[in-house]
Amino acid sequence: MAEKITIGELHLSGCTGCLVTLADNYEGLFKLLDDYADLVYALTLVDVRHVPEMDVCLVEGSCCLDDKLSVEELKEARAKSKVLVAYGGCAAYGNITRFCRGGQWNQPGHASYVPISEVVDVDLFLPSCPPCPQAIRNVAVMAYLLLKGDDEQKKLATAYLTPLMQLAQRGNEACGCDLMYDVINQGLCIGCGTCAGTCPVRAITMEYGRPNINRDLCIKCGACYAQCPRSWFNFDVMNNYESIMNVIKGAME
Amino acid sequence: MDVLGNYKSVISARSTDRDILKKAQDGGIITTLFAYALEEGIIDGAVVAGPSDEPWRPKPMVVSTKAELLAAAGTRYTISPNISLIKEATRSYGLDRVGIVGTPCQIQAIRKAQLYPIGMRDVDDKIALALGIFCMENLSYQALEAIVEDHCNQKMESVKKMDIGKGKFTVYTERGAVSQMPLKLIHKYVQPGCNVCLDYVANLADISSGSVGSPDGWSTVFVRSMKGNAVWDGAIEAGLFETKPMDQVKPGLDMVKKLSTDKITKNQKNVDARKTAGLRADGTPKGLRNPYESP
Ligand SMILES: Cc1cc2nc3c(=O)[nH]c(=O)nc-3n(C[C@H](O)[C@H](O)[C@H](O)COP(=O)(O)OP(=O)(O)OC[C@H]3O[C@@H](n4cnc5c(N)ncnc54)[C@H](O)[C@@H]3O)c2cc1C
Ligand code: SF4
Ligand code: SF4
Ligand code: SF4
Repeated sequence: MAEKITIGELHLSGCTGCLVTLADNYEGLFKLLDDYADLVYALTLVDVRHVPEMDVCLVEGSCCLDDKLSVEELKEARAKSKVLVAYGGCAAYGNITRFCRGGQWNQPGHASYVPISEVVDVDLFLPSCPPCPQAIRNVAVMAYLLLKGDDEQKKLATAYLTPLMQLAQRGNEACGCDLMYDVINQGLCIGCGTCAGTCPVRAITMEYGRPNINRDLCIKCGACYAQCPRSWFNFDVMNNYESIMNVIKGAME
Repeated sequence: MDVLGNYKSVISARSTDRDILKKAQDGGIITTLFAYALEEGIIDGAVVAGPSDEPWRPKPMVVSTKAELLAAAGTRYTISPNISLIKEATRSYGLDRVGIVGTPCQIQAIRKAQLYPIGMRDVDDKIALALGIFCMENLSYQALEAIVEDHCNQKMESVKKMDIGKGKFTVYTERGAVSQMPLKLIHKYVQPGCNVCLDYVANLADISSGSVGSPDGWSTVFVRSMKGNAVWDGAIEAGLFETKPMDQVKPGLDMVKKLSTDKITKNQKNVDARKTAGLRADGTPKGLRNPYESP
């Protein structure tokens, strides 16, 4: 086994659901930590006070501009990590914190919450609220292959991670409305129902073969659009789904 | 990838179960395979296009008995958003091994959900059998109504079977009438998303099937993945299908290849045309979004 990569989780304005999701891989988390990654920074899981150097930094939560420490730590994490991931809807898109206007306990003065890409450059988005355990597992395995693998593994990892990197370039506003703007209005929807099956708050129903979004329910997590087969579909990866799933399964055995 | 996708074998086949053949669209491949997989414990349930309260309007459904499978057999030429139930099937229904049937694009959605399970918690290793049906294009329910009621002049509720083949859309009614319209005329009703679809024979399914290539009442079957192979071998051993080698049936694999090539060539042109669909102020083209390039 080649040397491990280092991963940290920077916790900003999030609910810790993303961090718990990492742990929801159960034995899979131990396998990741035994063979592929050292967890060098994370709330409650690692006793390290200051943002260290790391290969991959997962940032959970949006960034509160009214909290100097959050802004400083985020910038420090950017400076000290090779790959910075917006881990979860809040970091990527603001998610539920988009609705915040201050006045909440116990920091009523904190009122301005932005997706982390307003403050730093972000390499990769992993949307949803929370992202699924298997998604972060796959990204962790691919990050390992990217940084420590042989040429072929690097190629695979690059192809796999590319759409998530492109997603980070696309913008930091998400809503169920993206399905209307960028799929249906663009003449691309096929009525598959993936978006409705994906939404964590069941804001989407299928009405006569098209998603109907209950916009008051939508928390702006970005899962539906990212999961839609017509937001992106990269044949170079998907055509090899069987072997890639075996690679991931093999890595976790 | 070849226009027919990767596959281990391609066979012409028909179910040996008469009850299934009576209800099925073609050779009853899908219903027979799910019934077998349920029986053998390969799946605990399947997501299919079940009946709804409107005639010919399918409703995605999680089923676990042969009777329910039979009620969902046959093709509805309109959208059935089956993927809306895959997380539901594993979480609300608590299935550990899910079967699912879908058009090529729906099978694509499943593979994306497995490789990038962004909002699809605990789904990836629970898809036990993904069966694909060939698909040239699909229609909204309202478009299907227009075709059946306006063009073919039949009431939706009086129709017993709809079929596409030999260049025609055919409607058979309960009382024995047969109405047809040329497929060419259907084009304006096709849902727009189908015009950029680059898969005809469900390349990413475990097993995929359609009528094209085989004689009436028979189906062409592609056995594609390791999983698909194991299920197919088991079903053959159990005597659930009559089979013929593809090179001994008419019109044969060449027909499948031709239709697949035609579809992909036409739709690839549509994808390319999106790049220059609009115009910028400086005279250069302005493009529409291409999902095969980036989100
Ligand atoms: C829109 C559409 C276009 C098609 N185009 C072609 C074609 O061009 N060439 C070709 O050879 N075959 C085509 N087919 C497939 C063909 O009509 C049969 O469905 C296929 O041969 C399976 O028949 P069977 O007897 O094996 O399946 P059956 O045993 O009859 O089972 C069919 C299964 O498909 C499910 N189903 C029915 N309607 C839908 C739907 N709309 N969406 C998702 N699942 C559904 C049913 O619930 C059932 O489980 C098309 C199917 C559809 C839905
Ligand atoms: S509709 Fe649902 S999945 Fe889509 S952004 Fe809103 S909450 Fe997220
Ligand atoms: S997930 Fe499927 S139904 Fe939803 S917008 Fe995308 S293509 Fe349409
Ligand atoms: S033509 Fe393609 S996009 Fe349209 S329903 Fe069939 S498989 Fe889906």
